[in-house]
Amino acid sequence: MQALEVHNLRKEFVRRDGARGRRRVEALRGVSFDVARGECVAILGPNGSGKSTLVRLLATLLLPDGGSARVFGHDAFRETRAVRRLVNRVSVEASFFKKMSAVENLSYAARFYGLRASETREEIPRILGRVGFPADRRGDPMEHLSRGMQQKVALARALLTAPVLLLLDEPTTGLDPRSKQEVQKFIEEVRAEHDATVLLCTHDLAEAEALADRVGILDDGNLLCLEPADQLKARYGSETLEEAFFAASGHAFENGDGGDHR
Amino acid sequence: MRAMSLALRHELVGLGGVVERNIYLVKRYIWWDIAFFLWTVANTLTIVFIAKGIPAVGGKIDVSRVTTILLVGAVIWAYLGIIFEILTETVAWERWEGTIEYTFMAPLSRPVHLFGMGAFAVVYGIVRAVLLFGVVAAFFTLHVPHANYIAALVLLVVASISFIGIGMMTAVLPLISPEKGTQLGFVAQGLLLVVSGVYYPVSVLPGWMQALAKISPATYALRGCRNAILEGAGITDLWRDIWPLLVIGAVSVPLGLWVFHTGERYAKKHGKLKRSG
Repeated sequence: MQALEVHNLRKEFVRRDGARGRRRVEALRGVSFDVARGECVAILGPNGSGKSTLVRLLATLLLPDGGSARVFGHDAFRETRAVRRLVNRVSVEASFFKKMSAVENLSYAARFYGLRASETREEIPRILGRVGFPADRRGDPMEHLSRGMQQKVALARALLTAPVLLLLDEPTTGLDPRSKQEVQKFIEEVRAEHDATVLLCTHDLAEAEALADRVGILDDGNLLCLEPADQLKARYGSETLEEAFFAASGHAFENGDGGDHR
Repeated sequence: MRAMSLALRHELVGLGGVVERNIYLVKRYIWWDIAFFLWTVANTLTIVFIAKGIPAVGGKIDVSRVTTILLVGAVIWAYLGIIFEILTETVAWERWEGTIEYTFMAPLSRPVHLFGMGAFAVVYGIVRAVLLFGVVAAFFTLHVPHANYIAALVLLVVASISFIGIGMMTAVLPLISPEKGTQLGFVAQGLLLVVSGVYYPVSVLPGWMQALAKISPATYALRGCRNAILEGAGITDLWRDIWPLLVIGAVSVPLGLWVFHTGERYAKKHGKLKRSG
């Protein structure tokens, strides 16, 4: 059984477009791919390419306009409870109650996954320690923590629930180089130790190449290719992924920390 | 059987998590809570002093009785406000904090999630209502020798089932309309109390509003609480208010869950289940 089977997945949104009224925007145009258990697949694409839509569909936060997705055999849109037990996510925004501390945020989140206080009392400090979160900051409100520290807590939140499929939506965007390296190292550790399957959506070409077994190029809602980075570069006769992206899509790779995260 | 008990355990732990999170929030926003409580006390005093003001401008009323009637109305208004506010925050606050996607992708059933919010709202609301009643009553000489506070409290708890059901329906508004949803929740709360005789008998309302009062749980909560405090009515005497509340609760809770479920599907279809900004 594949960890993830996505077939002809389509999603469109209606956007307000100033004086012109409303317009339909196709975020995903029939995307299909499989991910094997334990594999790390990176979906590479500029802002607005459909990466976040893909992650939000697989996280059961959106309903598709067509196609299907199965997570370890469970229909992601009909068997949502089963899928939610298997999946967790780290996104570009750390997303916490800002006045609450790291421990408080992790505690209540763990309860939503059925973990009792007796199970998390020791586990939360252990996981926070593992992601390199300083022990003396555990009780500080999240709003007093740096972006890098917040993202470490986000990783700890995802790991606390022991997901078998980890959805990473630009997890290192906006981090300083050191924090970025720490997070990437931790993702590698999680894969090695927990047999977790990882779907990494990123616009960081180096990150995709360093972490993933296979790299896909998503452009304007179309998945143009999905294969190991070396094969991808060889296929387009490119030396870098950026050149491969240009060859595959016909335009330059534009990244950045802004964008609509479509 | 084992799978069922495991699933039930997960749900109960999840429900505890919802309550736990709200306790953390009260703890972290305690000064905001104190300030809001003081504002509610001041607001309630302005209403209840009307009873003393009427004789001062030449009117003839039973000041003690009207004081109690106004006080019960103001306290139930405040209580209902808390229930609606907390349930509406199920979506609105989480959207503002940015946690909405993480909560809605957790394997917690929506009824348990909403009941967790409702359970916290009822406990927190009752503590606030009792404190408010006590503090404001200290400003006046209430003559309620037969008051049955236990019966009033029981009635409020029974009424809370219906309030939670209606609160679930208003909670969906910020999900459908992130910009206007919270405000529409306040409108719903206001309409509910206007037709329910919050500071006056329902009989003074126009006919169409009296018809609406019959299906409003606040009508029976206000009438029952006033009878319990002013006349000392017990649970048996309050049955004529309790059974309509049970019927409204039996309809409003499943209806509230259905409305929320439908709203959640709409939000997922149209990409509205996400953080602000």
